[in-house]
Amino acid sequence: MSTALQFTAGGLLASDLAAESATTEHRPLIITLFAAFVVATLFITVWAGRQTKSAADFYAGGRQFTGFQNGLAISGDYMSAASFLGIAGAIALFGYDGFLYSIGFLVAWLVALLLVAEPLRNSGRFTMGDVLAYRMRQRPVRTAAGTSTIVVSIFYLLAQMAGAGVLVSLLLGITSDSGKVLIVALVGVLMILYVTIGGMKGTTWVQMVKAVLLIAGTLLITFLVLLKFNFNISDLLGTAAEKSGHGTAFLEPGLKYGATETSRLDFISLGIALVLGTAGLPHILIRFYTVPTAKAARKSVNWAIGIIGAFYLMTIALGFGAAAVVGPETITASNKAGNTAAPLLALHIGGTDSAGGAILLAVISAVAFATILAVVAGLTLASSSSFAHDIYANVIRRGQATEKEEVRAARWATVAIGVVSIGLGALARDLNVAGLVALAFAVAASANLPTILYSLFWKRFTTQGALWSIYGGLISSVVLVLFSPVVSGKPTSMFKDLDFYWFPLENPGLVSIPLGFLLGWLGSLLSKEKPDTGKYAELEVKSLTGTGAH
Amino acid sequence: MATDAPSPPHGDTDTNPAQPTTEQFVEMQKSAEFAELRHTYRSFAFPLTVAFIVWYLLYVLLSNYAGGFMGTQLFGNINVALVFGLAQFATTFLIAWLYSRHAAAQLDPRAEAIKARMEAEL
Repeated sequence: MSTALQFTAGGLLASDLAAESATTEHRPLIITLFAAFVVATLFITVWAGRQTKSAADFYAGGRQFTGFQNGLAISGDYMSAASFLGIAGAIALFGYDGFLYSIGFLVAWLVALLLVAEPLRNSGRFTMGDVLAYRMRQRPVRTAAGTSTIVVSIFYLLAQMAGAGVLVSLLLGITSDSGKVLIVALVGVLMILYVTIGGMKGTTWVQMVKAVLLIAGTLLITFLVLLKFNFNISDLLGTAAEKSGHGTAFLEPGLKYGATETSRLDFISLGIALVLGTAGLPHILIRFYTVPTAKAARKSVNWAIGIIGAFYLMTIALGFGAAAVVGPETITASNKAGNTAAPLLALHIGGTDSAGGAILLAVISAVAFATILAVVAGLTLASSSSFAHDIYANVIRRGQATEKEEVRAARWATVAIGVVSIGLGALARDLNVAGLVALAFAVAASANLPTILYSLFWKRFTTQGALWSIYGGLISSVVLVLFSPVVSGKPTSMFKDLDFYWFPLENPGLVSIPLGFLLGWLGSLLSKEKPDTGKYAELEVKSLTGTGAH
Repeated sequence: MATDAPSPPHGDTDTNPAQPTTEQFVEMQKSAEFAELRHTYRSFAFPLTVAFIVWYLLYVLLSNYAGGFMGTQLFGNINVALVFGLAQFATTFLIAWLYSRHAAAQLDPRAEAIKARMEAEL
């Protein structure tokens, strides 16, 4: 079935291309590489699907991955279109200010390593909600955890879909809206197939393959950029600064965020959201359940920190390289938000008139496409798992659903979430992908992280505290984004022609994260219900020792 | 656990791993052995977390409010801001290594001893 669908989608893609009639030389190569990745990953998916029988297989890949494998998959899950397309673009256009993303996205892993990964692995089973609801009244807290998982994942999905639209319009010359919708739909169909058929096992392998491709592609471009500047980084930076038209200010902080007091606050808000968001991202957290022990979870984070750190170091070469070699005019002409900087760099560094440039562009684009597919699969799995395990099995069926029914619900939820994200994908295409992902980080840090930390470490935390914190963080961050310049009132907004913004910052983290923590504390103090000390003893001993862990 | 249903005392599947009773967990939580494990973990992880967050915020604030200092050129076009950014990478790798070393030497043996004893009593 999957092959038939894939061929249909491929056929549509080709016919749409023919309709565009703009067939430059490298287009067949790009499509061949895209198709090769799609066929290979679908093959993996079907293979993994055959081994997916129990709920633990579907949700957690049978918990049989090694620390290294999971570290690679975490890297594949985490280095999204935001990292590859968004950060390269942000550095290419705003210089040093774009580099904050790389630093924040990496440092954030220490929160996951020191405070979250191991306790979560020891005390949960399939979802973030397992840990959040452990000590609490199950139904209300699981409803809250499920809601926040789905909202965070959809924000993140939106960013990936925007990245897919951008890539395709650059590569395939598809500028018509119907062409872009078709591509977003293709991505949506593929992610539904990966998750419904392959479950966590298939998704994990797709993410591992993608991580290897992304690292290899980035290494290649980094090497070529450095080679062009004789491995003289100072020279690379100097040329980038000169080409940018900003001079040395391009290499200093402040170009994007230093203009006004408000934009400085926005920088702090972004910085906090980045560093506290990672350990609250459901699609990252569920990856810790795919290894057998907490020790393996620690090893996977260490591998991830190494791989992700190496990748983010290379974003310096990608971003400044794009500014130096391609130049900001060409980049902004292609995409206002800079999302095409990395593929354009590949084209220019290989030579715009030579086969080398075309081949590099094709390779890097295929890598970016693989990146998007692997991340959307992880996000879809996280949200459908949470729907099926937290909301369907534990809230609607009150824990009476069989494993089979639960997994069936997860598969249907996957289809629904796929359809929703295809629908939303078209709305966000002119926003910087990294900026969009930063919003998902802010929501995760406001709604999820406070409850995770209080649950694990604070004995007086109560159900009311958890609910206030999750809903307070979730609602405040989403409402602030809704009334921010991201959505309306500026030329760069999602709805340019409307103006209903009153919250000045693009990232809500500065307000909503402290609010999430405050509400969790206040809700617990004002709670009439006493905390369940027996359950806390279970959670604390389990989380630190792994006694009775799944 | 996913459900409120009590688990069977002996089980080896993922669905129902063998669980000590709540009383056994409470007793363990109050024990000196567990208090020592908790202290060994928290006294290392908590201050280190505060330290790297402060260090990171210092970087964010300097970027924002000390543009002149951050723009100081050190070698060629390499300025303080870039070196500061790279130092964040270096400290991240260092802290990950320090924590893992501490966990392997101090936490894992204590955690495993408690787990083995509690699961042997089932």
